[in-house]
Amino acid sequence: MPELLYREALRRALDEEMARDPHVFLLGETIAERGGSFKVTEGLLARYGPERVIDTPIAEASFTGMAVGAALIGLRPVVELLFIDFALLAMDQIVNQAAKIEFISGGRRRLPLVIRTQGGVGEGLAAQHSQSLEALFYHVPGLKVVMPATPADAYGLLKSAIRDDHPVVFIEHKRLYAVSGPVPEEETLLPLGCADWKRRGGDVTLVSWSYMVHRCLAAAERLAERGIEAEVLDLRSLVPLDRKALLASARKTGRVLIVHEAVRRGGVGGDLAATIMEEAWGELAAPVRRLAGRNTPIPYSRNLEEACIPSVDEIAAAAAEIAAAGR
Amino acid sequence: MVTPAPDDETVLPPRELLLTMYRHMFATRRFEEVCLDFYRQGLIRGYLHSYIGEEAVAAGACAALRPDDYIASTHRGHGHCIAKGADLRFMMAEILGRETGYCRGRGGSMHIASADLNHLGANGIVGGGIPLATGAALGIRVRGGDQVVISFFSDGASNNGVFAESLNLAGVFRLPVIYLLENNFYAVSTPIECATGCCELAGRGPAYGVPGICVDGNDAIDVWRETCRAVARARRGEGPTLIEARTFRWGGHHANDPGHYIDPGRLAAWKERDPLAILRRRIDEPGAVAAVESGVEAELAAAIDFALNSPEPDLASFLAAIEP
Repeated sequence: MPELLYREALRRALDEEMARDPHVFLLGETIAERGGSFKVTEGLLARYGPERVIDTPIAEASFTGMAVGAALIGLRPVVELLFIDFALLAMDQIVNQAAKIEFISGGRRRLPLVIRTQGGVGEGLAAQHSQSLEALFYHVPGLKVVMPATPADAYGLLKSAIRDDHPVVFIEHKRLYAVSGPVPEEETLLPLGCADWKRRGGDVTLVSWSYMVHRCLAAAERLAERGIEAEVLDLRSLVPLDRKALLASARKTGRVLIVHEAVRRGGVGGDLAATIMEEAWGELAAPVRRLAGRNTPIPYSRNLEEACIPSVDEIAAAAAEIAAAGR
Repeated sequence: MVTPAPDDETVLPPRELLLTMYRHMFATRRFEEVCLDFYRQGLIRGYLHSYIGEEAVAAGACAALRPDDYIASTHRGHGHCIAKGADLRFMMAEILGRETGYCRGRGGSMHIASADLNHLGANGIVGGGIPLATGAALGIRVRGGDQVVISFFSDGASNNGVFAESLNLAGVFRLPVIYLLENNFYAVSTPIECATGCCELAGRGPAYGVPGICVDGNDAIDVWRETCRAVARARRGEGPTLIEARTFRWGGHHANDPGHYIDPGRLAAWKERDPLAILRRRIDEPGAVAAVESGVEAELAAAIDFALNSPEPDLASFLAAIEP
């Protein structure tokens, strides 16, 4: 299988979907001439022209709302919010409009909209450009939330998100754009709501998504050296949630560590932990644990920034404790 | 229904179009009166924002549209909906929370929408519909065609950030959208003089490269004429127009607001300029007007009957559609 960078995989998905369906178009800040701050849309202006690859003014609320309006009349817009932090400027249009329109219509309208954005730490961008805010969208009925960790997943899930008839918040990670991985040569669509076992093991389950999947895999390598076989379950999409896979893995190992970069307080991990304990309590060998970002705004300095999110060491240590604990 | 706007200001719309506008205005007036009555009887829940006094804006503006053009509406949206051709039965059923309503009882008064009518939806968020309308205009541009969009909103919404953003976006992209600012001089209870340092709202358009014009919002013909011009500009690819239509709300913000803050003398003066009476005088055919009115009364009676006899939404199917 050929290797692609995460950003190249995303670009390939956009390119293929734009070539396939003239209703698909892109809008966002600095995506056309410059090809996007993270170079995902590079070259697409030349292929599809300024009518379908549109540079907008810096007006997140209105250009996000415009994507909603275009979707309402049958287009398939992919709007890019440069940082997930900027989505907060467009929350009325995302939460009060996009997430509600289909419901309010009694199910008579469809809103085929993708909001592409990216979050996470890693570039020293500090408190307003480094947040992990998936819990905000996870909380709102009417939105799907997709968070790919690998180039292949980014490719296959973005294609499915564009073909989905409902609003999808597609959250990339700034640390992943330059990560390389195999992507199938033939066209592939990955369904939303299917978790993926990135590693199989019988002793402990590490549940994660986005960038933290890679740290979980690194931690699993270390655990294996100590004779502990960790299973790494990448949820890939939080809404829809693959409850079946989550519970199957929890029941299999009886020991679950949930790892996410977003702050622990009010994080998605708490909801997943509750779900596992409600549904699989009798089959758990140890309490479900969470390892998540610290409850703080993200600082600038490298040493401080890195201390805010779970490290490979912390993941391995927590997983080893869980593997040893229990009944 | 579309007539090019005459340059001669004395030329009236064709008789048939005048009667259509009057039918929409009279239907809105009577529909709102019935709704207010139902609200007082406890048959309608939530908020009910009456359009009484402002009917000429929706009727005049929508008379300049083709059926395949779009509108985006507001919380005070019954008049827009009727002027876009809505069926009173489905409107009344929605407002009474019935399964047969436009939104199957999920939306209510503030959220009526219809894909069949190219009505993008009323909106519970002041200003929320402005980007949606602007985006529909962008969508028209992307897929090709000469449809246009009217974005209805209020003086209150014109102080919200999305107004500025959207006018700027439509101006730079020359989108086929008409911003129809219904200036009724109050944002809930706050008079416009207390909400902005510049009360000449049409003047905000040119700041974004968007022509701005002020019309008499109680004269349906004046609204129609300027909207026709704006629509023609938009269809030619010459971009958006901001139309400020000055009008007045005959009551409080909603059915539960007595509107004590409205100066009685000012209200009386506006009522002297009842938009329905103004248009009746322009039509000047009492027989034809009476025929329109009796037709509307029959339609409204049938709508009430239909809505009251419609079932409530089915709870089991509602619950079954919710993901765990």
